[in-house]
Amino acid sequence: MTGPATINTTSGCGPAQPLRQRGQHEVFCGLTSIIWLHRKMQDAFFLIVGSRTCAHLMQSAAGVMIFAEPRFATAIIDERDLAGMADMHDELDKVVARLLARRPDIRLLVLVGSCPSEVIKLDLAKAAERQCALYGPRVRCLHYSGSGIETTFTQGEDNFLAALVQELPEEPAGAGPSLLVAGALADVVEDQFRRIFEALGIGPVGFLPPRASTALPHVGPNTRLLLAQPFLGETAKALERRGARHLLAPFPLGEEGTTAWLKAAADAFGVEPGRFAAITGPGRARAKLAVGNLRTELEGKRVFLFPDSQIEPSVARFLHRELGCDIVEIGTPFLHRHHLAGEFELLPDNVFVSEGQDVDRQLDRCRAQKPDLVVCGMGLANPLEAEGIATKWSIELVFTPVQGYEQAGDLAELFMRPFARRQRLKVSA
Amino acid sequence: MQLTVWTYEGPPHVGAMRIAASMRGVHFLLHAPQGDTYADLLFTMIERRSTRPPVTYTTFQARDLGSDTAEIFKTACREAVERFRPDALLVGASCTAELIQDNPGGLAAALNLDIPVINLELPSYQKKENWGAAETFYRLVRAFAPAPAGPAPARAPGRLCNILGPTSLGFRHRDDVTEVRKLVESLGITVNAVAPLGAGVADLARLPEADFNIVLYPEIAGVAAEWLKRNHGQPFVAVPPIGALATGDFVEAVAAAAGIDGQDVPAARSRLPWYSRSVDSTYLTGKRVFIFGDATHAVAAARIASRELGFTLCGLGTYSREFAREVRAAAAEHGIEALISDDHLAVEEAIVAAQPELVLGTQMERHVAKRLRIPCAVISSPVHVQDFPARYSPQMGIEGANVIFDSWVHPLMMGLEEHLLHMFREDFEFNDAAQPSHLPQATPAAGAPDREMATAAGPLIEVPKALAWADDAERELKKIPFFVRGKARRNTERFASETGVRTITLETLYDAKAHFSR
Repeated sequence: MTGPATINTTSGCGPAQPLRQRGQHEVFCGLTSIIWLHRKMQDAFFLIVGSRTCAHLMQSAAGVMIFAEPRFATAIIDERDLAGMADMHDELDKVVARLLARRPDIRLLVLVGSCPSEVIKLDLAKAAERQCALYGPRVRCLHYSGSGIETTFTQGEDNFLAALVQELPEEPAGAGPSLLVAGALADVVEDQFRRIFEALGIGPVGFLPPRASTALPHVGPNTRLLLAQPFLGETAKALERRGARHLLAPFPLGEEGTTAWLKAAADAFGVEPGRFAAITGPGRARAKLAVGNLRTELEGKRVFLFPDSQIEPSVARFLHRELGCDIVEIGTPFLHRHHLAGEFELLPDNVFVSEGQDVDRQLDRCRAQKPDLVVCGMGLANPLEAEGIATKWSIELVFTPVQGYEQAGDLAELFMRPFARRQRLKVSA
Repeated sequence: MQLTVWTYEGPPHVGAMRIAASMRGVHFLLHAPQGDTYADLLFTMIERRSTRPPVTYTTFQARDLGSDTAEIFKTACREAVERFRPDALLVGASCTAELIQDNPGGLAAALNLDIPVINLELPSYQKKENWGAAETFYRLVRAFAPAPAGPAPARAPGRLCNILGPTSLGFRHRDDVTEVRKLVESLGITVNAVAPLGAGVADLARLPEADFNIVLYPEIAGVAAEWLKRNHGQPFVAVPPIGALATGDFVEAVAAAAGIDGQDVPAARSRLPWYSRSVDSTYLTGKRVFIFGDATHAVAAARIASRELGFTLCGLGTYSREFAREVRAAAAEHGIEALISDDHLAVEEAIVAAQPELVLGTQMERHVAKRLRIPCAVISSPVHVQDFPARYSPQMGIEGANVIFDSWVHPLMMGLEEHLLHMFREDFEFNDAAQPSHLPQATPAAGAPDREMATAAGPLIEVPKALAWADDAERELKKIPFFVRGKARRNTERFASETGVRTITLETLYDAKAHFSR
């Protein structure tokens, strides 16, 4: 049920045999991904069907920092719904009617399932279908689950994109090869990649999710799929079911990751090696320069990563290969071996990986190892700082543009900043 | 189902968590799905607490539902007790765990733990955060200060008191306790125990030793205080000392409970009365203010606003349904009807309808006020990180009144600037589209927005179709500064429809002004 009490860290616990743990998971549920998804797709509205806890989570985790009405809300299930005094589907219809009257600009309504709605088995598929019939075709309606019992943090995006896949138009008959990049990226990163693909002669290129629900990319047997994020297992499966061919690659973090990622697409589209080198050359040089400037500060630092977003193995690879850090433990909420194979090839064979969590035991391991830097969530960061351990809160890796050449320096900077700050501050808490 | 953009309170288990996190040696085992640990960051980020809250979550997942979630609970329970060695264990369920009905109380009892276990029934689909906190505190008090076998002893007034109610994540509770303790001690009264903030279970056991209780936050400690009164015969004072007048009343009530003569009461006073009386504050007279928050802070704010600052109340409400009666009574004193609602959209509608010049509310009203471009100050939970300041900033007692004067007046446009705006409307820098010049400047929106609420709030205010504004009247209306323009438009239209005028002219505008004397 729980991990072994004593862990032999020298025995080489590579990706072949990760430590699997069951216990308290100190992680977000998938609902949290709405925080960035609602900004990425501007005409979408995310309506969580859940409890007051779900609404409270959303506003605590993000909402109270947002001083405007966001494009997400919660339909709170109450006693009357549970007691069967009110028909839940009628109630939901009323909530949706009120919402759409208030926000006539919504073009995509997304019903998001939560733990309570999943446990009582509220049929959101049926509800979504009904809203489509009522408000379509002007308003599309989708549903997916972001519940904590099924999803961890970024898996919410995975489920959303997987649901969006069924809405994608079929590629036109006789279409040539096209590229589809899946995973929400910062607008500036998306634009950079678009320019590089264009220069390489790769195209047409579609991004999932697109910035508007009215501009969905097409998919079909000639679509080549590149994942921009490591947490998209379900999305990849859904796209493959529609004929897309997945190009396996390390993820575009750092100079090395970005080059390998672009190379996977270049090879699939038959780009000449010379042309590839010429186009990516300046970006690679800039990334190496920016990261190199920070390497002296981070070389030899021992880093411990707690599970959060599934980005941890890619980040560990970047820290290890480009900044010379030693990786003490890579924690990940879920280990997609196939998608991450490219990352683990670049990591030492004996790197210690844990999948899942028993937070108290993991904290024991962490304290025993005395790492120089801990990458962890906000529930652990300040307490660890108070114990004298430097931390980098992991949520920033999801909320900051970090992919691609031009952001490699920024990514390194994120890990340098806790050390720089400690050096500057002459007051002790 | 209720459409909720923002919620004023969290679920009841968050209230329970606040009690556990306030105390020493109390651990909370919460049966909850993966993800509910988000609540930890309320404490570690918003309150900047330096330790993890004493909460262990079972964080079950979907695959566990098929097997034995009860077994997961029991394992977590055993391990938490072993690891943290608390003096007492609270057990409860979050909203999802409530649905699967594993009975945490029964499961914990079956483990035969060597520490007291308190089972919490927290109906998540019915009750909310403050209720959860009150219930948890009450259960703890009952458990550790058990009722004596016989009837409650009669007590004579005495100078030993408890301070009840302050908690972790409470709005300014940290500094309120310091201020109230100082105030109480200046009367020659000794504080026996403060709870739940900083208390251990041994302190709860000592509660009956005090002669009386002071309830700072009835939302949290009201139920426990009633119980202590019934079972231990302890009277309690529940006059939250928020504001200069209330602080005076509080001192009087506490002195009476302690059997202290009038002569012993110190004449300590806040600066608020003089600041408010000084001529620079004259322009505050009759400013229309809308107040919303928890019942304690809303009622206190209403009294300060009207009696101590000379504002006019145009709205008063609370999300604390348990205290609706008190808030209704306070509103009736001001000739208005109280808004009792936890629907943030209903509060927004009420603010738009009331057209206030200042909003005193929670973090949520800050959102609304920003959208409507009305000055706003925060007076109550829910609040965010900036309302857990480093500096000493109580709301209660002498210093609390000083803090309140500064923070409520600050968002308003200062006197001279307001005068000049009335006189000269077309200044290229100092005009309606600009922020008050003592506040940080936001970049002016493109196209010089009309600051009138009717525009900012979109279609929420509809001009009756039968009414039309003549061009010259419309132009004249724009010469009225934005913070009173909405009200002027309202009054004029009301006057027009009452007198049967179809087109509002310059004359109508001034007729209405004379009619309403404003």
